[in-house]
Amino acid sequence: MNRWIACWNIVLKDMKAYYLKPPNVSWGLLFPLAWAGMFLIRSGQGVHSLVSVLPGMIALSVLFGTSSMLAVAVTFEKKAKAFERLVLAPIPLWMLMLAKTSGAVVFGMFNALVPILLGLVFSGLSGVAWSLVAPAILLMALASTYLSLLLAVLATEVFEVQTLSNFVRFPMIFLCGLFFPVTALPELLQPFSYLLPITYGVDLLHHAMGGEQLLSVGVDFALLAVFCLLLFAVSLRSINRHWIG
Amino acid sequence: MAPADDAVIRVRGLVKRFGDVHAVDGIDVAVSEGGFFGFLGPNGAGKTTAISMLTGLARPDAGSIEIGSIDCSRNPKAAQHLIGVVPDESNLYPELTGFENLCFSGALYGLRKKVRQRKAEELLDLFGLEGAAERKFSGYSKGMKRRLVIAASIMHEPPLLFLDEPTSGIDVESSRMIRSLLAALNRNGTTIFLTTHFIDEAERLCDRIAFIVNGKIVRDDRLERLLQPVQGRYALTVTVSGGCVVPYTDLQQAFPGLVFHETAENELRIESSKPLKAGLLVRFLEDRCVEVVEARKRQLSLEDVFVEVTGIGSSSMTGGVKEGRGRR
Repeated sequence: MNRWIACWNIVLKDMKAYYLKPPNVSWGLLFPLAWAGMFLIRSGQGVHSLVSVLPGMIALSVLFGTSSMLAVAVTFEKKAKAFERLVLAPIPLWMLMLAKTSGAVVFGMFNALVPILLGLVFSGLSGVAWSLVAPAILLMALASTYLSLLLAVLATEVFEVQTLSNFVRFPMIFLCGLFFPVTALPELLQPFSYLLPITYGVDLLHHAMGGEQLLSVGVDFALLAVFCLLLFAVSLRSINRHWIG
Repeated sequence: MAPADDAVIRVRGLVKRFGDVHAVDGIDVAVSEGGFFGFLGPNGAGKTTAISMLTGLARPDAGSIEIGSIDCSRNPKAAQHLIGVVPDESNLYPELTGFENLCFSGALYGLRKKVRQRKAEELLDLFGLEGAAERKFSGYSKGMKRRLVIAASIMHEPPLLFLDEPTSGIDVESSRMIRSLLAALNRNGTTIFLTTHFIDEAERLCDRIAFIVNGKIVRDDRLERLLQPVQGRYALTVTVSGGCVVPYTDLQQAFPGLVFHETAENELRIESSKPLKAGLLVRFLEDRCVEVVEARKRQLSLEDVFVEVTGIGSSSMTGGVKEGRGRR
């Protein structure tokens, strides 16, 4: 049987049912704009300084774009037993979950385009190393999607997963070096920054856009890739143990 | 009962525990190719857990499962291309239309777009849902939902179909339609594994039935062999007013050829190998100041075999247990 037909249709179904719904799209557009506005007003430097907050805005857009819907959709389908339909399909679980999470990854990357377009319009973004930006966004989208998947597996109710998501996402905003460097954090908090995958994604974006850098490009890519694999593997293992009991 | 040689489902010593509870406790099942197998038991007997293990939704703690000669004990997904599953809940996607749900189900089994669209239209017609094809699943009635779930499970034309309580909680018309469609599917060669707590449904549809109680199979046989002891036997169920004492000794003396069962408080069942004369018995009781509320004549059926074998009252197939005490 052609497994790709199954996978492609899972992605299309999720896009139609969840990601391309007007509230989700408007959230994806408004959220980065609101953050950009807030930081620009705070800095008082005008729209030309947009590039300085762009790595943070991109990372936030990816983080919230990937995680706002996936965890809720998976928990909802699990509770309504619709997820069982997918588990009953003759597709390996890893392939099934890759398809199930692809919608979130695509939506997160689409969200990242909003601040990038803003940057292009107001700052030109002439010195940006796009060859670093694209893979960094992809890896960040993968890492935060699989983190959301893991949260969805841990929760049983939709409200639980929403609480869990916020519990993880909001500290991340302050610990990942999105808007001020990790080195500026109190020493006690800095180790927590290194435990978060987005830290390395943001660092890559700083490499690409000329901000303060924490680690080398190679180390950032390697660690981000390890986080992606690890989070996906742990999620699969949890689904296998808890959902196919 | 010895398993069939042509079995397409073969289960040996299947066990599933949840903590201290043995939901399924060492069951053996063999279902022949083209057979219609009924798994009959009250709620909580272990039917859904068993079907979950057979379809790959749960892992057994012990035992082996072979589906179409594929060993699924270690890899529950190995035979999923051969099976269609109708779960106990209508679990299609509420935001998709009937047509979209069927197409999506077909896609999960690798059907190409044109094939799944043609198949979806055929099945919507067959299940009497052509008028609701473009309506969202969330707007369907319970009976329509059930029909669409069954249609979705056969989109890929599986040779084996598992159904978990397919007619539970739906209207009479939908139930009848589902039963007749299942019978037609079976006539066309689909092997069916049905769990139900409706005894008459199992009797009407299945050619082989297993009774499951507390996770154990207490009897597994062909329908005609199960029915053998009750064939040509008649019963009269009499309900009397509360507080009335049934004079069993008088009854036994007056009607020596009959068997009396006290099936519940205020209810007795009278069995005979000849058609019973209800009026005679009712008058006998009323003459002894026993007020008869209802007297119902019928031929003995699978329901009586089930009660006899399991000790579970047919009316309490939702959980309660009634003891049937025979008096001759």
